[in-house]
Formats: sequence, C-alpha cells, structure tokens
Amino acid sequence: MAIVTPEKTPTGERTASRSHEKGPRMTAMVRRLHVDRRYLPVLGTFVVLALILVIGGVRYDNFLSPGVLANLFINNSFLIVLAVGMTFVILTGGIDLSVGAVLALSAVSAASLLQSGVPVLVVLPLVVLVGSVIGLLIGIMVHVFEVQPFIATLAGMFFARGLCFVIAPESIPISDETFVAIASWDTWIAGQWRMTTSVVVALVVVALAFYLLHYTQFGRTVYAIGGGEQSARLMGLPVARTKVLVYVISGTCAGLGGLLFAMYSRSGYSLTGVAMELDAIAAVVIGGTILTGGTGFVLGSVLGVLVLGLIQTVITFEGTLSSWWTKIFIGALLLVFVVLQRVLAARRT
Amino acid sequence: MSPTTGTRSRTDYSGGLSRVVRHPLFWPLVALAVLLLANTVYSPDFLAISVLDGHLFGAPIDILRNSAPLLLVALGMTLVIATRGIDLSVGATVAIAGAVSLSFIASSPNPGAVSTVLVAMGIALLLCLFLGVWNGLLVSVVGIQPIIATLILMTAGRGIAMLITEGQITTVTSAPFKTLGSGFWLGLPVAALVALGVYALVAALTRRTALGMLVESVGINPSASRLAGVKARTIVWTVFALSGLFSGLAGLILASNVMAADANNAGLFIELDAILAVVIGGTSLQGGKFSLSGTLVGVFIITTLTLTVTIVGVSPLVTPLFKAVVVIAVTLLQSPVVREKLAARSRRRAARPEEVAA
Repeated sequence: MAIVTPEKTPTGERTASRSHEKGPRMTAMVRRLHVDRRYLPVLGTFVVLALILVIGGVRYDNFLSPGVLANLFINNSFLIVLAVGMTFVILTGGIDLSVGAVLALSAVSAASLLQSGVPVLVVLPLVVLVGSVIGLLIGIMVHVFEVQPFIATLAGMFFARGLCFVIAPESIPISDETFVAIASWDTWIAGQWRMTTSVVVALVVVALAFYLLHYTQFGRTVYAIGGGEQSARLMGLPVARTKVLVYVISGTCAGLGGLLFAMYSRSGYSLTGVAMELDAIAAVVIGGTILTGGTGFVLGSVLGVLVLGLIQTVITFEGTLSSWWTKIFIGALLLVFVVLQRVLAARRT
Repeated sequence: MSPTTGTRSRTDYSGGLSRVVRHPLFWPLVALAVLLLANTVYSPDFLAISVLDGHLFGAPIDILRNSAPLLLVALGMTLVIATRGIDLSVGATVAIAGAVSLSFIASSPNPGAVSTVLVAMGIALLLCLFLGVWNGLLVSVVGIQPIIATLILMTAGRGIAMLITEGQITTVTSAPFKTLGSGFWLGLPVAALVALGVYALVAALTRRTALGMLVESVGINPSASRLAGVKARTIVWTVFALSGLFSGLAGLILASNVMAADANNAGLFIELDAILAVVIGGTSLQGGKFSLSGTLVGVFIITTLTLTVTIVGVSPLVTPLFKAVVVIAVTLLQSPVVREKLAARSRRRAARPEEVAA
C-alpha cells in the first residue's frame, strides 16, 4: 500500500532516534508495533468480539456452541454484504445512505416478479441489477454533477423506498419452489456448523471484495481517492471511473443483500431495511474504517457486523433485557470506537 | 425575508431577468409555486382560507402548521451545516423530547394543570439542550466528525426514548399540552407561531449581529477563523446545542399533535427532511454561507409536497418517491456543472471555485 507510506514517516523518524538509546532490538519491536498501528482499530474490534464471546460464554450455557455462532452468520448474511459494499464507498470518503432502501426494493421486486411467474434464473440477476443501476445513477450524480454523496444517496434512498411502495404496498410471500429450494439449501461443515446459501454468498462477496481492495489497481485507487482525491487525480489514477464504480459496487451489494433478505424472510416487504444503512455504517466504523476515507479493511467491517450481531445475541440470551438496549449498546460501542480512532489519529500527527 | 439572504452579495450581474434567475432562491421558489399551482389546478379552492370557530382554516394554514416541527429542526440544522457540520441525531432528540414530557405528564397527579405541562416542557427542553451540548462536545472538543458524532446519538437516542417510555406508546390527556400542537392564537396555529417566532429570533440574532458572519467564517475555514480570533470551538458548540434545543421544541409540538409519545416513529426521518430542506434552500453541505429564508422555502416545499400527495389521493407511503424527484431536480439545477452550462460565463466562474461552491 504505497499510499500509507507518507503517513509513516514522522513516526519512523522518531523510532530511528530512539534506537540510539535502546539498541536495535527495541527498534525492531517499535517498528513492528508501528506497522501494526494501521491494524489497531481492527485489533480493537477483534478484542471487543473476543470479550463479548468470553462474557457470553461465562454467563450463559450454550452461548459458545457452534449452532449459536453459525446462526450469527446466517442471521447477518445480508448485513455483511451491505457492510462490504459500504466499506468501498466509505474508503473513498463518501457515504451511501441508500443501501437499506435498495435492499428493500430488491427484495420486493424479487417477490413480486416471482409472484407473477417469472423464472428464478431471470429474477436473480435482474434484482441484483436493479441495485447496480441505482448505484450507477448515484455515482453519476456524485461524480458528474458534483452532488454531495450524502444528498445523492439520500435521494437514492427516497427514490428506492418510494418505488417499493409503488410495486407493492403489502408484504408478498415467496412460494416459488426453485427459489425456496435455493433459500433452504444448507450444508453442515464438520457436522456442526450450518451454512446456508446466503452465508456462502456472503463469504464469496467478502472474498471478492478482499481481492478487489488489496490485490487490484482498482482497490489501490479506492484507497488513494480516500487519502486525497486531488493527489490521486494528479497521480493519473482513474478517479472518475473509480468514484462511480464504488457506488455501483455498493448498489450491487445492496441488491444482492435484498436477495439474501428475501431468502431469509421468504417474502418481500416495502418496510424492510429501514435504518439498515445505519447498521451497515456502524458496522464499518466499528470495524475500524475511518469515515474520512483512505484507511480501513473489508475484513474489519465483517468483524463489525459480527460484533453487532453478538450484541443482539447476548441481549436475546439475557432475556430480561429489553430490545431497546441493543440500540443503546451499539451507540455506546460506536462512541468508544470513534474516540479510540480519534486518539490514534491524534497520536499519529 | 430579505435581511436573512446571505448570498445577496453576488449581485454584480447585469440585466434584470438574469439577476432574478440567478438569485439562489429562484429555483426553490419556482418549485414551491409549481407545487401550489398544481394543487390549485387539481382542487381550485386549495388556496382558499376560511374562518371557522374564530380560527383560520384551509390548506395554506395546514401547510403552516405542519411545517412548524420541520422548520424548527431545519433552523438548527442550517446553523450546524453552516459550520460544516451535520446533525443526524435530531430525529432521536425529537423522540426523546416527546417521551420525557409525556411520561412526566402521565406520571404526575394533575396532568391537566398548566404548571405540570410547563415543568414537563422545561425538563424536556433542558434534556434536549443537554443532548445538543453532548453532540457539540464530541464535535468541538473531542474532534469527532459531526456525521459520526451525531450518528452515535441517532442510534442510541431511540433506545433511550424507548427506555423512558418503557417500550410503550405513552398517551395522555392534557388540555394545556394539546394547545401547543393543535391550538390557535389570534386565529393562527400556535405551533406555526412558535416556529416562526424562533425563526424570526434566529434571523435577527444571525443577521442583525455579527453571529451569522462568525458562523459562516467557521464554516468557510475553521483554522483561519480561529487564527483571526473567532472562538470556533464555542461557535460550533453553540450551534449543536441550539440544534438540540430546537429539535426538542419540535418534539414537543409533534408529541402534542398526536398526544402520544411513540419512541419508534416520532420524528422518524425528520433529520433527512430537515437536511433536504436546508439543501433545497441553497445552503451547501460544505458549510459557509447559509440562507435561513432558503431553509424556510425548503421546509414549505417539503410540507406542501407531503400535503399534495395526500390530497391527490396517492398513498402517503409513496411520498419518498416525489421527494426524491424534487431533491434530484433541485440539486441538479444547483450543481456546478448545470449552472455553468446555464450561465454563459463558465470561464469566469471556473476561475473562482469558491463562488461556484456556494
């Protein structure tokens, strides 16, 4: 990651001067710690995840069972996909508020198309494409017309949500046999870990995103734009194409997420995914991606989703705690992570 | 309205018509006029105001009354956005204000007394002011980006509101409290009078004193204004506190409209509507110059749109679609690319990017 190197220099000099006093072993250690700094927020997420697991494991029987953990993935597969798409957008310094509504639109159109007898093989790519098209339109608004991402995606959100109600104001059940068969397919890994279609899809999306971000020119351009759009442009990177593409990716992920949600709930309802964009943003932030862009990891976002899911699980296990505590806990956790990021950023400069 | 138009300095263009067209409020006002016209065509007596029981009645009065909460929230939002910030937590604050005031009234022995209602309102407003101060603390002292700092309260806030109402929808019967949302004074709705009063106060404070200019200077360049001796931190803190306070007031009006505190749905998406109103009014999300009169027009556009959808008989659930159309139309018309094409002086404008941004 060539982009991160300039930020390293000031601390690098400091470690060099310290090596005079403490010897080379210390330098090596400090340098190793320093390399880790980029991973520190993600490490924080990991620690929180482990803490919740330990606390849950101590407090409740069966908490650490493979069934509970496998369900964590099954229940959050669509959120993982959304968070992956959101990571791309946030890495460029943008934001995508439309994903929750696009997810609903995709789920509703899938249900309504299936109801009118369109074959599954046509429906599946079509509803994902719906997300891509909305993402493309948003990307064009953001890049060509220089509308702020916040407003452009807000318009996309209103547009998609309104369209949902035009298609179907009421919940549509999905009874298409092929679709139900795909949705209810599952496999057991090591005889204990249940994986459904949506989990497999979500993991494939994560793997693809990881490859795109870390092993392609496109991924490096995404980081570069987040680090400084002007500089990226001066470096001759394809800023315009990349900026539009991240919204297409996020829209596609939302479309796919809608499909997964339709599989999960076996229905399409216009009010699904209200405020889900906030969950996705929260997951990305808790996963260590910084909202100004340029720093973060897609795997961190996955960890973020798992943390959110685990909080939900703990509250379900607790039983006496009411559901609204979830929101309060997520808010508190956001606060901790944001302050942590702020402290880290302050130490770097 | 004229004293609040902050972007009037750009009047060095010749020709009366192009000057009108170039006024930042031209397109928003056109949109509002088109909406009102469409309504009048659909139902000819749309703009008629009648007197009933000593009150004024009619669609324009409805628009005024329905605009009140949004106007209050949007006023705070305008100031926050002018300092380069954004406040996502207003919806949650609205819910908390309703929850606190109604829970207090419901648990008091004498829910109909004026004193009970005043105390309830006082507690709610104080708490909302505190929530605003909390946001301001995170943004100005801790240095967290506004969008994230307020996202925290946006997420946790509804949980807190539910905690206060214990997950129930608290309903009360209290005549004095009902006055705020549905009462009339001098023939006009009390809610609208309160909101317009706050509007006039903010307009006077920002445009008749140096406060507005200081807010804009912080938004245009925080470090430069700090070096110039502007207390940027205090200003940012103040606007967030005001945003919290105004949202609290809006929450009281909304709660009083339905006489129920619904922690889940009170003020849902009001932050988005408010941001929309501010943007439609021509205030850039990048901070700096703001236009309170623009926000007022933006609020009226959104409320009229919502009312129109209801009158025409389309399901109110489809309203977002129309909002999207308005947002896209207005933001595209305001976008630098389109404006440059509309104006034949693209070369000169490109040389002054900060003017294009405004």
